[in-house]
Amino acid sequence: MKATVYVTIKQNVLDPQGTAVQGALHSLGFSEVGKVRIGKYLEVELDTNDRAEAETRVKAMCEKLFANTVVEDYRFELEG
Amino acid sequence: MKFAVLVFPGSNCDIDCYKAVEDTIGQSVDYVWHTATDLSAYDAILVPGGFSYGDYLRCGAIAQFAAVMNEVKKAAEAGKYILGICNGFQILTEAGLLPGALIRNNGLKFVCQQEQLEVVNNKTAFTNQYSQGEMINIPIAHGEGNYYCDDATLAELKSNNQIVFRYAGDTNPNGSVENIAGISNKAGNVVGMMPHPERAIDQLLGSEDGKRMFTSILNAWREQHGAAVNG
Repeated sequence: MKATVYVTIKQNVLDPQGTAVQGALHSLGFSEVGKVRIGKYLEVELDTNDRAEAETRVKAMCEKLFANTVVEDYRFELEG
Repeated sequence: MKFAVLVFPGSNCDIDCYKAVEDTIGQSVDYVWHTATDLSAYDAILVPGGFSYGDYLRCGAIAQFAAVMNEVKKAAEAGKYILGICNGFQILTEAGLLPGALIRNNGLKFVCQQEQLEVVNNKTAFTNQYSQGEMINIPIAHGEGNYYCDDATLAELKSNNQIVFRYAGDTNPNGSVENIAGISNKAGNVVGMMPHPERAIDQLLGSEDGKRMFTSILNAWREQHGAAVNG
């Protein structure tokens, strides 16, 4: 089974990289661009076929390591 | 008094911390590798700056699970003095020993320069040799030193007098909430700060204002142990 994990900076926390990219897009003429947020994308291979178990385990991985929940949110998808 | 300087793969201020202890207060000091499982011999633990584990994932994210960190948690509960500097501060927040988090500087650049700091709390074991509100000159060197915490945590930091240092006036170099440069835990025995006192122990280095952090720790330890107090 494979987990795809997305870690993003919380909405109420400033994302200076996103702001810089937004500015760059504006100066390139992409004036329709609103807010840009930059996050992390992780692909995690799991040695299990038990979806419920994988769900619990990946959630624990997110809470413990993948995200710092003081400043980041996470979500994930399971496939396979 | 015995000091430990923790060393993780990627630490790069460990030697500075070690020399600072030797040069400022002449106390016993050891390097302790991240795999160590016993810190009971030490009275103070310095968590140095650098790029532990290459800052992979987040600064301090992987270091927080090093074997030695269990011992650091025990030492914190036992009331021993723990000082995290720069990456050490990041590791202590990741480990949950200090509240909040350190995120990317708001200017996106790595900032390496002298900073004026205000001593906001001189009642800690780390700052008792400074006067309240004193302005001191200590360098910073970081790309992720932007201290963030939510409003509830900030209110708690203030009401418990946990803000130890602030960047002076309008000099905030990284976007930190309320110009915060260093904080303590509730009990006051764990302090984390982005500026580097160990790089400010001699005028030849541009400032010796960091020296008194080390004399403060020794002073606090001597007071606690009923020994002669260091003037």
